Amino acid sequence: MDTLSAAKGDRLFHIVNNAVLGLFLIIVLYPLLYVLSASFSSSSAVISGKVWLWPVDFSLEGYQAVFRHRMVWTGLQNTIIYTALGTVVSLFITILAAYPLSRSDFKGRRAFTLLFVFTMMFNGGLIPSYLLVRELGMLDTIWAMVIPTALSVWNVMIMMTYFRTSIPKELLESAQMDGCNDFMFLLRIVLPLSGPIIAVVTLFYGVDQWNQYFNALIFLKKEKLFPLQLVLRDILIQNQVSQETLGDVQTAAARQGLRELLKYSLIVVSSAPLLAAYPFVQKYFVKGIMIGSIKG
Amino acid sequence: MSEKRQQETVRSLSETEVSGDHKASIALGAYMKRSWQLYVLFLIPLLYVVIFKYGPMVGAQIAFKDYNVVKGLWASDWVGMKHFVRFFNSYDFWRIMENTLFISIYSLVVSTPLPVLLALSLNAVRIRWFKNTVQMVSYAPHFISTVVLVGLLLQFMDPRTGMINQLFGLFGIDPVHFMGEMKYFKSIYVWSGIWQHIGFSCIIYLAALSTVDPALHEAAVLDGAGRTKRIWHIDMPAILPIAMILLILNTGQLLETGFEKIYLMQNPLNLKTSEVIDTYVYKIGLLSQAMNFSYATAIGLFKSAISLVLIVTVNYTARKTGQESLW
Repeated sequence: MDTLSAAKGDRLFHIVNNAVLGLFLIIVLYPLLYVLSASFSSSSAVISGKVWLWPVDFSLEGYQAVFRHRMVWTGLQNTIIYTALGTVVSLFITILAAYPLSRSDFKGRRAFTLLFVFTMMFNGGLIPSYLLVRELGMLDTIWAMVIPTALSVWNVMIMMTYFRTSIPKELLESAQMDGCNDFMFLLRIVLPLSGPIIAVVTLFYGVDQWNQYFNALIFLKKEKLFPLQLVLRDILIQNQVSQETLGDVQTAAARQGLRELLKYSLIVVSSAPLLAAYPFVQKYFVKGIMIGSIKG
Repeated sequence: MSEKRQQETVRSLSETEVSGDHKASIALGAYMKRSWQLYVLFLIPLLYVVIFKYGPMVGAQIAFKDYNVVKGLWASDWVGMKHFVRFFNSYDFWRIMENTLFISIYSLVVSTPLPVLLALSLNAVRIRWFKNTVQMVSYAPHFISTVVLVGLLLQFMDPRTGMINQLFGLFGIDPVHFMGEMKYFKSIYVWSGIWQHIGFSCIIYLAALSTVDPALHEAAVLDGAGRTKRIWHIDMPAILPIAMILLILNTGQLLETGFEKIYLMQNPLNLKTSEVIDTYVYKIGLLSQAMNFSYATAIGLFKSAISLVLIVTVNYTARKTGQESLW
């Protein structure tokens, strides 16, 4: 009798639960779908509110306008460079920090870990960081985009925990017996065994760099160094669209329409690379985050 | 006689000390000979952290000085707490503190339990493809940049062309200028954050739930426990320690309202409710014509100090009450 009523309650629970999750799915998915559909619609359909779910009057005029915009090309190019360089630098320095910290025979480990972790809880603030970067002569250079935020202590901790828990101690001992030094061990044994964590951390850094606009905002003044996100800000938020982009569109209404359409296409263009890369790495996520959550 | 013995003891003591030192230095030498490479590897990150994380902390001393570009960081004159006092007495102080605290507490209260609920709910789904689809889709917004997210908000909430107001139009509701109304700012900020990050935040809880022994659930079913009871008595305890840790970490970030997003969402109409410490520091320090480095640094330092006190206090309380804690 008791189990029967429990089963009945369970059925109700599952119906409600699935319904709520279904609603949640729609709330998350709908805006994304709307943007995608709008970007492939005609400008008049977008501005008159005819787009609800699927593209209306399929057209590519939004995308054509995006790629007529010179700053978009410059920004895209810069962002690709910053992302590639930044991710490599960050990964390199993170591995160098994480490996020694993962070794229990690394004297001073506790002190160094504390030194690193403390920076997660306290920082000097915006202005001193700005002055430091200025002092180092990095303002208005590519390095301002890459160096000041190169190291995430959180990522160091995730990677350190991975090294400590998944590289067996015996491996190090036997390698040392064979006369293998620490450089070689890291390069030949630890790194090849750490594919998943390297994938996760690379993704984290890559996404951060691609989406980075704060550093650019405070450190860069030269337009030709602007990353895509700063160009996006001008167009999406400050509504600055250059005349060349609007092409030969004459009437004010049509201009306004293209302006709006352009934004949707631009959002798709700037987010597509990450969203496309992500199904390939998403299986590593859970692993990477789970590792990070094991208390160090 | 006893004096002599004492002297001897002293001498022998000091001798052992010397030889102990010697031994230790030999051991250290041998250790370094074996492990120097670890220190070479660690040198670059260590220098990096010292320069780029601790450097600004040293630089933050200008909060207590009148920073002068010509004199530089070290030679500028000390002025004590002048800049702090100026901030506390300034016209903007209470408004900014209120906005900062309100936004962060609002977002803490909403963003702590919701990912837990989502994880529990997802974990209970029996249809595999449905669960996987919801999960996959819910991560996606996390990868959208802040600029794009705010761009999306502006597009959707535009009084004339925005989707929401067009929907309102269908029902004969007058268009609302969401981004221009002061009272909506905080809710838009918090809930768009939930939309963007809830899926990603729940991964960690799902991971914790995956470690729950299925035998526990089976036994509970035999005892007649329904799904809701099992969630409460089996799943919740598995999640709680991690939720606690994250709560402590997030409390430490209480005043760290995401500068980027708020700054992008600001406009002259909503400034009264949207100005927070971070945006204020940026405007005072870097944006205004008369760059006031010292004053802006003092405000930033005030924020950092409060954050540190908060995280230490919360952690202490958690440890005292027998909860999970950071250290």
